[in-house]
Order: sequence, then C-alpha cells, then structure tokens
Amino acid sequence: MDKLGLFFRWLLRKIPGPLVGLVLVCVVFSYLSPYFFTTRNLFNIFSQMSEIGIMAVGAALVIIIAGIDLSVGAVLAVTLMFNAWLYRDIGVPFAFSCLAGLALGAFIGLVNGVLSTYARIQPFVATLATMSACSGIALFITNGSPVTGFPPEFAVLTSERIFGIPLELIILISIYALFGFWLNFRPIGRALYAIGGNEEVARLSGIEIQKVKVLVYVIAGVLAAVAGLIVGSRLDAAHPTAGISDLLSVIAVVVIGGASLAGGSGGMMGTFIGLLIIGVLRNGMALLNVSPNLQPVVIGFAIILAVLLDRNSLAKR
Amino acid sequence: MFQNGHLHRGLHCHDLVKQFGPVMVLRSVNFSVQPGQVVALIGENGAGKSTFNNIVAGVLRPTRGQMWLDGIAYDPHSPNDAMTRGIALIHQEIRLLPQLSVAENLFMGRLPLKNGRIDKQRMYEEAEQILTELGVDVDPRHPVAGLSMAVQQGIEIAKAILRKPRYVIFDEPTASVGETEAHLIFEQIRKLKSAGTGIIYVSHRLEEIKEIADRVVCFRDGTQVGDWPIGDISRQDMINAMVGRDFTFEHRTPKNHGADIVLSVRNAARHGVFEGINFDVHQGEIFGLAGLVGSGRTEIVRALAGADRLDQGTVTIHGNTIRLTTPADAIRAGIVMVSEDRKGLGLTLGQAANRNIAMPWEKLLAKFGCVFGSTLHKLGNDQKEKFDIRGQMGLPVGAMSGGNQQKVLLAKWLVQSPRLFIVDEPTRGVDVGAKMAIYEILRGLAGQGIAVIVVSSELEEVIGLSHRVLVMSQGRQQGILTRKNATPQAVMSLAVAH
Repeated sequence: MDKLGLFFRWLLRKIPGPLVGLVLVCVVFSYLSPYFFTTRNLFNIFSQMSEIGIMAVGAALVIIIAGIDLSVGAVLAVTLMFNAWLYRDIGVPFAFSCLAGLALGAFIGLVNGVLSTYARIQPFVATLATMSACSGIALFITNGSPVTGFPPEFAVLTSERIFGIPLELIILISIYALFGFWLNFRPIGRALYAIGGNEEVARLSGIEIQKVKVLVYVIAGVLAAVAGLIVGSRLDAAHPTAGISDLLSVIAVVVIGGASLAGGSGGMMGTFIGLLIIGVLRNGMALLNVSPNLQPVVIGFAIILAVLLDRNSLAKR
Repeated sequence: MFQNGHLHRGLHCHDLVKQFGPVMVLRSVNFSVQPGQVVALIGENGAGKSTFNNIVAGVLRPTRGQMWLDGIAYDPHSPNDAMTRGIALIHQEIRLLPQLSVAENLFMGRLPLKNGRIDKQRMYEEAEQILTELGVDVDPRHPVAGLSMAVQQGIEIAKAILRKPRYVIFDEPTASVGETEAHLIFEQIRKLKSAGTGIIYVSHRLEEIKEIADRVVCFRDGTQVGDWPIGDISRQDMINAMVGRDFTFEHRTPKNHGADIVLSVRNAARHGVFEGINFDVHQGEIFGLAGLVGSGRTEIVRALAGADRLDQGTVTIHGNTIRLTTPADAIRAGIVMVSEDRKGLGLTLGQAANRNIAMPWEKLLAKFGCVFGSTLHKLGNDQKEKFDIRGQMGLPVGAMSGGNQQKVLLAKWLVQSPRLFIVDEPTRGVDVGAKMAIYEILRGLAGQGIAVIVVSSELEEVIGLSHRVLVMSQGRQQGILTRKNATPQAVMSLAVAH
C-alpha cells in the first residue's frame, strides 16, 4: 500500500497534471458510453473544438507574457463578417476578402498591443475596450443580419480529409506544432517566458519587450481571424455573434493546460491537453444526455480542480 | 552603568546582539538615551544603525541582550507594543496614504467616534492643535497628495507624537528635504526635547548633528565605537570614527591600466537625480563609484546601461558617441551591468540557471535561427566551471544560495567579453568566500583589458579594488580620487559634503 502511494506520487511528479486528468476523463467516458471511443467521435471532438483550439494558441501566448486578451471572440466575429461583407456585398474576389479578414485581425491585435504597451493601459482594460468595439462593428457591418453563401470551395476547409484525417485537424495540429517550436527554440518565442517571468529582468537583458508584446497580440488577432475562417467554412455563413461566447472557453483551455495568469509558465503541449479535456468533457456529457445548461458547471469544477492539482504537483517538486 | 540600567531613568540597551543566519549584524551594542536628550547615531551604510532602530522599535527581536525603559525591563514583540510602551520610530521614507486627508492620516486606525460615526469635528480640531504645536502649516482637511516632502515629514512626526511617546527615533528625517525645510524639522525636535522626550537621531549630515545633538554615538560593523558629548568632537573625528578600521582583506595594488580611454561621460544629467557628471574610464581600469545610499551612484550606472534615459550629456565608447535609449543599445555597444537588485532586476528566480544566463545572448547562441537545449546545457556547464557555481544549472536559480546566485548573475553578463563591465554592489548578501571569488573575477576582467566600474557602499571594497574613485553626494560629483589619495577618510569626507 505504501509502495503504491509512493508510486503514485512519482507518477504525479513525472507526468503533467493535465494529462492525468485527460486520461481519467477518457477512461470514465469510455465506460459510460460505448460510442465514445470511436474514430468518428474522436474526430467529432476536434471539429467541435477547432476554433476554440486555434484561439487558445493566441490566448496562451498572451497569458505567457502575463497579459490577457478578452477580444479574441469578438475579433473572430468582426473579421468573419468583414470577410463575408467584402465578398458578398462589395464583390471582392474571395481570396482577397479572406486576406482582408486576416489583415483586420492583425490590425486589431496591433491596436491591443500598442494600447497595452506604449499607451500603458492594462491589457484587461485595453482588450475589454476592443472587444466591445469589435462586437459592435460585427453587428454594424450588415446591421445585424448574417451573411450566407460563400464559394463552394470554401467548405473544403472543414469537410476534406487527407489520408482519412480531417483537414481541420491537420490545420489545428500544425498551428500547435508551429507555435510550440517557436516558443521552445526561436529566440523571440523564448523571450516570451523571460517577459512573463520578470519583465524588468527581460528588459535589462536587452529584450525589446514592447515590440515582442505587440507581436504577441498581433499573433493572437491573426489566429482569431483564422478561427473565423474555420467557423465560416463549417456553417457556410457569417453570423455577427459567432465566437462571442467562446472567450471563457478559450481562457479555460489555457488555464486547465497549466498556464498561470501571472505569466512565465504554460506552453503548447499543456494548452493542447487543456483543449482535449474541455472537448472530451463537452462531448462526453452530450453523449450521456447531460443537460447543456449543466455543462458549464462541470467545466467550472474542472478549472478549479486543474489549478489545484497543478499547484500540488509544483509544491511537491 | 549599563549593567544597572534598571536603576536609571532613560532608555538603556545592554549587549544587544542580532544575527541573521550566520551573519552578525549587531555584535554587543550598548546604548542609552536620557529623557530630554538628543543622541545622534552615526555610522557607515551597513554599520547596524537600522537594525538597532528596528530592535528598539519592536520591528525586530534581538538575538541576545537586555533593554530597560525608565527602570523597567523592555522587550517589545511588535511595533504596536513598542508604541504602547512609549517608543516611536519615524521612518526615513514617508508612509502616508496620499488620497486621504491629513487628519485621517494622523488618526489612521484610531479615528475618534461619536454614535458609531467618525467624529470629524473632533478629529479636525485635534489635528489642527497638534500641527500648530509642531509648527506644521497645513490644513488638516487637505489630502496628503501634493504636499511638500517637508510637510509630509512633519505629518509623520505629528502622527508619531499623537500617541505621546517618551522616546522617538528619527531615521534620516532630512535625507529628502532641503536646508530650510530641515530647519523646520529641527524646530520640531527642539520642541519635543523641551517637553522631556528622549530622541535618537540618525543622520549622515554631520553639520546638522553639531547643531541639534547633545551626544554623538558612532556604530561600526555592528558595535558602538564611540560616545562623545557634542562639544568634544569635530567633524573630522566623526568621519574617522565612522571609517577607522583595519581592512580585513588584502590590499593588492592592481596592475597598471592601459592608456586608451574606453568610456567617457561628459556633462551627464538626469533631472532631479544627478547632474554635471564627467569622467573617463581607461582600458583595464577599475573605476569606483562611492557615496552614500541615495547619492545618485546607481542612477548614473543605470543610465550608462540604458535602463534610464539621460536628459543631458554624451556618452562615448572608444571615441564613438552612442545613443542609449534601451538596455539593448547598451549591450550592442558592449556595456553590460550587473544590477544591485539580484532578485528584482538581475535574475528570474523561477527559471533555470542556464536559461537565465542565456537570456541576453539568445540571438547569438542560435544555430539556424534556433536555440537548442544542448547549446544551453553546454553554455550552462561552461559558465558553471568558469565561475565555480555550485548548483544544478538546469534547476531554478531561486534554489541556489545567495553567493551562487550572484555568480550566476556575473556569468550571465560575461558570456561574451564586454567593453565596459559595470557592477553595482557586487557582494551584497554574499559570504566572505564568495566575496573573495568575486573580487578575483573583477581583477581578472581588468587584467584582460576590460574597463570595469564598481559601485559599492562598502568603502573598503570600493577603495580596495579601484584605480580611481569618484565620490558622489546628493546627485553631484564631489571629486575623483586617485588610488594614492583615496583614503577612507578622504572618501567619506566628500561623501558627506553638500
């Protein structure tokens, strides 16, 4: 018994807390529902979570530098609406309207970054303001009505499979791999941890913190716009309120993935596991016919549990 | 007399000892002050004055020793306890709440009540009365924000006096105020004195001590080295008492430095911080910056390292004028600074030692644009060997001892050979062994032809290491002493000038 306890402690120390949680949740659901562990359902989980997953990458980067971006969901909405409006109502070629949507995402990120660095507004407040503005503009563009009818090729983004794997999933994993590489190996990506760990130490070490911070907010903006493309492709429509309700899930994913809002910790692997935990919880509860109104309650418990476990495993080290 | 402290009126301390871990900060201090007497307490930075004050005021507890207060044993266990017993400490830095009114600050924590509500009328009346008594001219309804430093200092004094203490400790009350404002504070001290309050007065301004004190007590290295009636002691005697000691480490004359000028600073100024700074540092020279805490030493080197911007003046490296707007500019020009605040400004304690060391150099360390774990590992081990760091380089630096952290910090800034190496308080909080190792590193750098600037509060350190010493006082350059002329007395004499 004692040995088993020691073994568990060793296990907890070696394996990141979020992964343990993920495995536990999967085991429980595969007992409760025979349908859970089928390939089709697993792909389903990803397609339900892909836009949140893409936004969570940006949110994780922002949280690593001890910032916060509340505008992600609103940026998704406004860039998607802008894209659809340019294409449908103005007649801009679709490739250009897509690029314009991404550029708008980058621009809003730039505004967030400049406000929270050079203008010295707390990122919570700066991005709260842009969130408000963006969700307003998203409604204003078409006076609140959704735009439908993208070119048929656009649906490929969320329906095509390559070697049996959904394209959407490939895109999602590529984005995680790309930024995981950036954070771990590229000097600027690595600087994010320095900035989040202690901003003044990073500055005195010659890291141009303001430029790096602006870059991070721009990346978060672009990724929100990419998530917008996925949503538009799946629904073949642009809704002015798409993505608005995703904000809390996005932050929950990052926090469950082991990042601290104090900055300096977290990473792509953890965030991906966090994404899977939330995805599996949502999917499993849907399979078990748990009321959708109760699902956020369970997610709330998951957040607290994840943070407590993470703190314990840190204390034991 | 001390042994029989309980028989006498006044505050008596006998054989006070304070240890922080292995470090003896106070070693057997005897001290006494009588009611209605002003005792000035002088001593270098680190002599133990603040520790002593904090023990008397109940902030710290002594490791050993006894105190008597007017014949009764006195052993305060908290500042509040000390205050109840009649001892107040007036801190050097002002701790008022700027948004609240003067009166609210005065009565903070014990606002007068009437029917469960604050009795504002009584509060303002009592505040008015005490402020007038002290000669502080301010409306008690006015918020503290925007009042001058001297008035705020006056409010601090009033706040302490409201509790009717029998003994008051002033910790450098005039450090941040001008001449005329200082006289207001003296006025208040004289009033307290005539009312029979005993006063301990800590200051570095020796002239004002002559003016206000009845006795002078000098601390050095944690012991009392002198106690004189004010009439018997000259300014020079006080300086001698503060610095006069045997040097505890070998004074090796450094190797001659080169003739080339590496750094030259002309007419440098930051408004309200320092001005009129001019000096050159040669190749292989160790250049000391001395002065009391707050004299502007650290601020000068921060500006050289690009941490703060100069408002005026030019900085040239090897004859080329450089623009210093960010630390990155300084690092590119070959200027690196080891900051005095290891935890706040030097290292990210939660991250691995090798990661900390690599932080400024990641772009140089990258291969194909990538920094690999193996590169970091090798860098960490190279520096570990070179600087004799004891600890695992892959673990958070926070887990290492102070001396090893300091070596990691030096290693961080010496991954590449700099042109100008600046160290601010290089041996703060490290033990003697690590100290000697750090001195060796600095001498070695100078031997390689690197220009070195050493900022230090320890006279013995700055004099022992440097070819020349620039002495600062109150934001101004008081003089540059050559090694031959840089006696402790000469340096201290410039450092207390104004």
